[in-house]
Amino acid sequence: MIINVARKELKSLFASPMGWIILALLMLAFGSFYLQGVNNYFEVMSGAIRPAERVGVTIFVGQTVYGIASFLMLFAVPLLSMRLISEERKSQTLPFLFSAPISLTEIVVGKFLGLIIFLSILVGYIFLMLSTLNIWSDIDFGYLLSNSLGLILLAAAFSALGIYFSSLTNQPIIAAILSFIALFALMGLDKFFGSQPNHWFGYISLMKHFQAFSRGVIDSKDIIYFILFITTFLVLTIRRLDSDRLRG
Amino acid sequence: MTETTLSAIDLSRQFGDNFAVRDVSFDLNKGEVLGFLGPNGAGKSTTMRMLTGNLAPSQGGVKICGIDIIENPKQAKALIGYLPEIRPLYKEFTVNEFLTIAARFHNVKSSYIHKAVESAKDKCGLAHMSNRLIENLSNGYQQRVGIAQAIIHNPEIVILDEPTVGLDPIQIREIRKLIKEIGRKHSVILSTHILPEVEMVCDRVQIIEKGELVFHGSIDDLKQQRLGNKLLVGLSKPPTLKNLKNIKGVESVEKDTEGMFIIKFKDKYLPAEEIVYLAAQESWGLYYIAPHVTSLEDIFVQLTQVQPLKNQTTKTKEA
Repeated sequence: MIINVARKELKSLFASPMGWIILALLMLAFGSFYLQGVNNYFEVMSGAIRPAERVGVTIFVGQTVYGIASFLMLFAVPLLSMRLISEERKSQTLPFLFSAPISLTEIVVGKFLGLIIFLSILVGYIFLMLSTLNIWSDIDFGYLLSNSLGLILLAAAFSALGIYFSSLTNQPIIAAILSFIALFALMGLDKFFGSQPNHWFGYISLMKHFQAFSRGVIDSKDIIYFILFITTFLVLTIRRLDSDRLRG
Repeated sequence: MTETTLSAIDLSRQFGDNFAVRDVSFDLNKGEVLGFLGPNGAGKSTTMRMLTGNLAPSQGGVKICGIDIIENPKQAKALIGYLPEIRPLYKEFTVNEFLTIAARFHNVKSSYIHKAVESAKDKCGLAHMSNRLIENLSNGYQQRVGIAQAIIHNPEIVILDEPTVGLDPIQIREIRKLIKEIGRKHSVILSTHILPEVEMVCDRVQIIEKGELVFHGSIDDLKQQRLGNKLLVGLSKPPTLKNLKNIKGVESVEKDTEGMFIIKFKDKYLPAEEIVYLAAQESWGLYYIAPHVTSLEDIFVQLTQVQPLKNQTTKTKEA
């Protein structure tokens, strides 16, 4: 049943121009940063850099593209997640889901999964794009995989938070703005405590945990952090929808 | 051999300190259309939301074919088709797409989905609209999609909240026909505040006012209250009221409008013939004579505003 909800969600993402436009714009952005990365590589590396300081093409281009991708997701995900529940609230379609034999958990997880599948199209695209470097070079696929995993987890965390804010209001735009602000704050938490790199507050920063992946390190503690983050917001969303049923 | 498909047991719902619905109990049998009547804000929609599991009752419970909707929501909900007052349609989809989604959500087997969609479209007269976006359909067709969505999984109980609101007369007739058809095989609960609709479509009626059931009985019970023991007589040269009153069997005479009289007669008498005879003899100028029908509206007003009502089938509850 989760899959059915996810399918419906994907279908409605592609039924409106919104989904296509966001997909196209993001791919354009990733593509141009990729191109720029490749060009810069030759400029920088052919210069007077000492051999010891030289980095591989995977890391050089990968850093640019994945760096910009994580930043652009910050804008894209709230725009995509804003409609998930608030739009249904607005057009009063929630009873359709509530009166079908689907549990609230299935509804929320299904919607979340639909969005993740949509976003993983982007991640897959970036992976394929960077893999083309392999034609004339020998690239580090492990680095790409770790970055892809990190990006998906980051996007999933964004989506979970986005769904929660979407369940709070019936105005999609308000949901988008709220989730954007919240995400922006969570991303930069470690920057506020730059002077104390090990302060616990910096520890909840999303960016801090994404950084490990972007260095090519898959650490179970970061994975657990993301899973906890996602679970927390999905549970909050389910609670919110349940209180609709209880309080009316 | 009546089979109960739905029973509401002491259903109550509070919003803050206000009771939106209070101690509503009723049963629904298979193959029956139950009309749910009441003025605006009487608690019809709230009751329906509770019956379909969209709203948790403060007290009491709902059993769908013996399955408690609070304990086993999934199994119970699979047996219900629900069309809320505001149609829950995803307008970015085509009719086919939407109905396929609805079928999938209601556990229709994937090999059977296509068939289910086709048959629901047939029943609701939507076959020629299959590939149109719901957004572009007229109000009436959107309503049909709403009904199609509610019957796609062949549920035991179909619950329709004001299904004919905002439709033109032809569409209303078609939808009523459809509801009657559905009612033959399934049980239907239909809420409305259009009285003739109830008379045309429903087998049983339930009137709710301020969250409480004030009338519960078959449609015949309601009809009986309409055809009282009164005649409406029009006379252009009327005699005195006393003259009329002296006719055998007449209990009381009341002047309605100019030249019109409401004549109430005693049980087992029908003084129509006598009146016509006298009118011809005494040239009262009789131009109209017919049974005086209390309109459903009057009964409705009576039931919902005057507190007690003497009828065997009426259950009045202490407020």
